[in-house]
Amino acid sequence: MVLVIVLVLLVIGSVLFHFLSPWYLTPIASNWGMIDDTLTITFIVCGFVFVVINLFMAYGIYKYRYRKDRRADYEPENKKLEWWLTAFTTVGVIAMLAPGLIVWGKYVEVPEDAMLVEAIGQQWRWSYRYPGVDGVLGTVDTRNINASNPFGLNPDDPNGQDDILVSGPEVHLPIGGPVKLTLRSKDVLHDFYVPQIRAKMDLVPGMITYFWFTPTKIGEYDVLCAELCGSGHYNMRSRMVVEEEADFQAWLQMQPTFAQLLAGAGSASGGSPIEQGAQLARDQGCIACHSLDGSAGVGPTWKGLVGKNETLTDGSSVLVDDAYLKESIVDPNAKVVKGYAPIMPPAQLTDDQLKSLMAYLKSTSG
Amino acid sequence: MALTDAAHDAQDFAPPAEVAEEELYHPKTWLGKYVFSQDAKIIALQYSITAMAVGLLALVLSVLMRVQLAWPGAVSFITPDSYIQFVTMHGMIMVIYLLTALFLGGFGNYLIPLMVGARDMVFPYVNMVSYWIYLFAVLILLASFFVPGGPTGSGWTLYPPQAILPGTPGSGWGITLMCISLGFFVIGFTMGGLNYVVTVLQARTRGMTLMRMPLTIWAIFTATILALLAFPALLVSAIMMSLDNLLGTSYFMPAIVSLGQQLDHSGGSPVLFQHLFWFFGHPEVYIVALPAFGIVSELISVHARKNIFGYRLMVWAIVVIGGLSFVVWAHHMYVSGMNPYFGFFFATTTLIIAVPTAIKVYNWVLTLWRGNIRLNVPMLFAIGFVFTFINGGLTGIFLGNVIVDVPLSDTYFVVAHFHMVMAVSPILAVFGAVYHWYPKITGRMLNDGMGKFHFWVTFVGLYCIYYPMHYLGILGVPRRYFANAGANGLPDWFPESAQMVNVGITIAAIIVASVQLVFLYNLYHSATRGKPAGGNPWGATTLEWQTSDTPPTHGNFGKELPSVYRWAYDYSVPGAKEDFIPQNVPAGKDTGHAG
Repeated sequence: MVLVIVLVLLVIGSVLFHFLSPWYLTPIASNWGMIDDTLTITFIVCGFVFVVINLFMAYGIYKYRYRKDRRADYEPENKKLEWWLTAFTTVGVIAMLAPGLIVWGKYVEVPEDAMLVEAIGQQWRWSYRYPGVDGVLGTVDTRNINASNPFGLNPDDPNGQDDILVSGPEVHLPIGGPVKLTLRSKDVLHDFYVPQIRAKMDLVPGMITYFWFTPTKIGEYDVLCAELCGSGHYNMRSRMVVEEEADFQAWLQMQPTFAQLLAGAGSASGGSPIEQGAQLARDQGCIACHSLDGSAGVGPTWKGLVGKNETLTDGSSVLVDDAYLKESIVDPNAKVVKGYAPIMPPAQLTDDQLKSLMAYLKSTSG
Repeated sequence: MALTDAAHDAQDFAPPAEVAEEELYHPKTWLGKYVFSQDAKIIALQYSITAMAVGLLALVLSVLMRVQLAWPGAVSFITPDSYIQFVTMHGMIMVIYLLTALFLGGFGNYLIPLMVGARDMVFPYVNMVSYWIYLFAVLILLASFFVPGGPTGSGWTLYPPQAILPGTPGSGWGITLMCISLGFFVIGFTMGGLNYVVTVLQARTRGMTLMRMPLTIWAIFTATILALLAFPALLVSAIMMSLDNLLGTSYFMPAIVSLGQQLDHSGGSPVLFQHLFWFFGHPEVYIVALPAFGIVSELISVHARKNIFGYRLMVWAIVVIGGLSFVVWAHHMYVSGMNPYFGFFFATTTLIIAVPTAIKVYNWVLTLWRGNIRLNVPMLFAIGFVFTFINGGLTGIFLGNVIVDVPLSDTYFVVAHFHMVMAVSPILAVFGAVYHWYPKITGRMLNDGMGKFHFWVTFVGLYCIYYPMHYLGILGVPRRYFANAGANGLPDWFPESAQMVNVGITIAAIIVASVQLVFLYNLYHSATRGKPAGGNPWGATTLEWQTSDTPPTHGNFGKELPSVYRWAYDYSVPGAKEDFIPQNVPAGKDTGHAG
């Protein structure tokens, strides 16, 4: 009875796969172990149902295979059995729903003392804002967003003056305390997702969304976007760094405030122009679309870029020299390389930053 | 009304009809007979062939996607943009243009008149027009491959603002053509849907009460009502998004800085689109699943020679699932940013819908129990359906339970779940249905050896594709990603072995996709060289097997419509001469029971 054997093997194989495969929840680094527990309860109940019903079916197929001298039973219904099965199923459903809703109740109630951090998403990079010493995030408006105010802060709101602005690719958090991550998008739907945290939430333009968690493990974690947001969706990455309170404060001090940004401080970080350029390429999200190793991406690779002859969309050819590089950074859709879409946002850089970035570009071009 | 009317109350005559028989339009030209046909059977074939053809295209797109996932960068024309365009077109074609069209337009048109004892649908001309509108919708959709910017790459869910903003491929022509195509699809399906619903309500033959209808008809009937009520939500969201795109309105568009530019929109809500879309989108999956449920009930009872267990509860379950399907939609939106308290409501309704669904599964299995099971090809596929649907239905519970959905949302767990319940189970049901009804449609049997080969590779292959995929999702692998290694390489938690899973899945996918050629060849070969089937090769009770001619001619039943005396599941009736009694056999004939 090949079918019966195959069904039984598939059931056993599925169960074995579950227990023996290395592909399961990545080790948790937040307080949301309750989610893992609810997942386990669901696996137990559903796994039981999966095994029992399929093995029962396989047995039935074996026992009641066609024989010419037999007749099947004639039993239109069996009210008692059907009632019991309904009741049993309802109990199973409650067994999963009840813990699920209890944990969800905790998920939607943000602790009073949660530290406030804001993540801002845009195609295709992340930036962050902390409320500063006053503990209050300044008001923002999308209409305020421009080259000199990329976070869109309301300059007249005193609460925003001390807001700490991190345009770079890392968000730091101190270990052990609850964090309310408020989420804001400048353009389209995104989703802030760190698998080790378990919690996630969409970013919606026009709305502030949020979720909360307590980081419980020191370490660095990849942040991924989990809502399809266009060409660079798969590359919209960031890093979440969880560290001791003291280290966190030290890092936070080094980040510019809105007041400093307004005063034109710029990112005067140390290092050679090439190092600063590398920092910019990460902060501004350039490397989300431009690879350094020659591989295909949303935009042309930087490897071997300088000095080559590029073919543009209209078929004409251009030499990649300083002038072309500069134009491609500040007015990227003026000349688009053939085969690529005209979707690069103009980079918002000071002259010094532009010089550093070009130095870095030339150094990676090889 | 007593269920046992089958054996005990079967009347020995049915009263004459009060309404005159339907006058059918008999075409005189070849074009009128086979192209612009008003015969639901021809229209059914037109829908089915068109749906399967466009489905094959979507299958090719999925193979390309899988190749990119297994061997990133191997095929140079698969770029980040074209990848998400393939993802989008694959999804939309499969859900709407293949599955919905095939189950409702294909199986609905062929089976409804035959199974309820009608000569044709009640509005044959409108029915004919519905197909041509569907075809037109398909052509508009395919045209989006050839316009500037190409087809939309916003995912089959078409979420704004991204769908209509630069940064997503196809945000100009592509999304516009998609919306226009969907609009025509809805128009065509409203025309068809009115036919299916009204025919079932008004054109059943004498004696065919609602509770004597086969479950296939209950299922397609309920699915059609769902479609008539749900598709308008899709239509309005497509229209509103097109207005936002083309006229600058702001239904779904808040203030936005798109790629450095302040846009003129303001005040709109992207979440509103999601509510509208999923108000359609959730019933849509039941529009696909319910006909599959109905078909499987038929296949199991016929080939196990046993009445479906719990027919009344099966009807109740179909109707309740249909009704509940309208109050669960936001389980697709748990992390959308909607009011979190909605999560309590929608998780509850979603898990409630698990109960009637589970009852159907129990009843299929209990039909097999104490049956006399012939493991022919339709039965193999039906059992394959039950096995894979148990898996897919159960993983739905993971995602329906709001807090468990949070880590799994937008990962491969979701992709694995919806393929298992939309692609694996219903496709197995479709194959089973084709092997089952092909003898009635063509008068010949499909080749059995090829059928069994097709079954084994498809069933085991599809399970091997989608079962492991769940674990990639649990690991955390996001969906709709062109590549898992971004600019910074693979995420820390992504082991190399997980990439091996991707390779394995792709190889299985290529094998399963290729084997479908055997099925296509079987369809073609058996049409002229298959074993002659006769009128009722399976010994089935339902009316389509009792036609005077096979294949049935225009008007289905010859000079006189059948009268129905019993329910659709008189198999292995105690005391009866044969192990089945057709619905149109009066009581007292062929049964040892009184009455």
